[in-house]
Amino acid sequence: MEEAQKYVWEGAIPLQIHLHESEVTTLPTPPPALILAPRIGYLPLLVPQIKPHFSNALPPGSPDTVWFDYNGLPLKWYIPTGVLFDLLCAEPERPWNLTVHFRGYPSNILVPCEGEDSVKWGFINSLKEAAYIINGNCKNVMNMSQPDQVELWRSVLNAGNLEAYVRISSKLKLGTVGDEYTDSGGQGQVKTGNYFTLQDAVKSILPEYFPNKSSTNEESSRDEDENEQKVPSEEGEKYLSENVESFYPSDNVEIKLVRIQGIEPKMEIPFSWVVKNLTNPEHYLHICVCLKVPQVL
Amino acid sequence: MGTKEEAQGTLSSTDFGVAASAFILNWNTICSSFPPWTWVLSHHQVEGYLSLENILLSSTQEEHGELSCPGPGKHSLQEDPIDVDDATLVHINPCKVHYYDLHIIYCNSYRVPVLYFRAYDSDGEPLEFDEIEKDLPAYSKKALSDSKWTFITQEEHPYLNRPWYKLHPCGTSEWMKLLFHADDALAKTGVAIELYLVAWLSVVGHVVGLRIPFEMMKQL
Repeated sequence: MEEAQKYVWEGAIPLQIHLHESEVTTLPTPPPALILAPRIGYLPLLVPQIKPHFSNALPPGSPDTVWFDYNGLPLKWYIPTGVLFDLLCAEPERPWNLTVHFRGYPSNILVPCEGEDSVKWGFINSLKEAAYIINGNCKNVMNMSQPDQVELWRSVLNAGNLEAYVRISSKLKLGTVGDEYTDSGGQGQVKTGNYFTLQDAVKSILPEYFPNKSSTNEESSRDEDENEQKVPSEEGEKYLSENVESFYPSDNVEIKLVRIQGIEPKMEIPFSWVVKNLTNPEHYLHICVCLKVPQVL
Repeated sequence: MGTKEEAQGTLSSTDFGVAASAFILNWNTICSSFPPWTWVLSHHQVEGYLSLENILLSSTQEEHGELSCPGPGKHSLQEDPIDVDDATLVHINPCKVHYYDLHIIYCNSYRVPVLYFRAYDSDGEPLEFDEIEKDLPAYSKKALSDSKWTFITQEEHPYLNRPWYKLHPCGTSEWMKLLFHADDALAKTGVAIELYLVAWLSVVGHVVGLRIPFEMMKQL
């Protein structure tokens, strides 16, 4: 089982990062930076690699906070890179073309970011929230020793040290989901009978997209609405956040695909397996859902 | 509100709805001279939150001898408002006037209400945090500088998808627990839900300098 976790931990997205044209002061335009971004990481953490690449081309004067956009959409820096990719690229684009800005931070749209510190506090806050949902309090996270905190963050920062991460995070006692899918022999055999599937989980959060009657919808899909779900590692607790407002009645909307860590798992898979292996380091499971929406007549 | 939740100082999302209705009714009745709180529906009409917008919370009013009447369409919710007639109107330096929008939104993770707010000047320009900090009561300023975990952060508003300031909820259930346990009568009569928000706001509002009118506090 550790293998799946390792696979997730090492997952990365190839990025091709272009400097925004308004900020290019040299000829020829600097070539884009090619970076392999860890899925479980965050975009601002890549700035130390990106900035030197463009420093010659930047206009004089001190730069503002760095921010990224994809096709003009400013990217939320506190969402893991892999989740942004799964959510925004229904057809995975490799490399993923992003634009970087060193000026003009859209503070009316994006929450402020002061580099690594902001990302770290956002991460710890999410971890606290997950701990609260699972245990009813954040004590374990709040009482982490300073060295533990440093090492935990470092293991995430470099997405390298899974062992260190597992060691420290197990002290937080955030695992509550029993292994329903293995029998007592631990051989990984699926127990026959009822277990809670991924489909059950998604259905409990988005019941409106699971029609009871057989669908007679024959309209072709025109557009895709995307929802992002965060489900910490405890069944029954949900937190829904929509990145794109859905204006369509739920009647004719269907789920086109469900993507987690870049994988489209079979919906019959035991949810406990998904939770155990595909969660992010802050103990949230990010489920990206793409909807098929009928053409507006 | 089940006894278990009550004991923990938290409440369910349904109970939040109940508490909010009771709160609005109470406030709009008892404090009719104040601007009313409203309930805003969101998320396909399934969820909602409490809203109080365009209010004056500027402590710079203390610089003037008398309490001044704010401009048309704006309301003042300062310490102890007195009736003001036109003769005592004092011109407020427009640069110093700060307006606030307050939203009380239920947080599913922490199972408590959370205060979101934003501040702007008379031109509608958003205020920088250091300007907001000047508006805060002295004890809040101190708490902000002392606190290891910043308790006022900027985060995305759950419904409006824009950055708003937020009072961090993680300590809320602890002090709500204390508030309710301090009063046996309150716990027994089960009126707890209806008064939850008054109690909650009496503490939280204090942080941003919002005073709950005495008539409302009497119920607690």
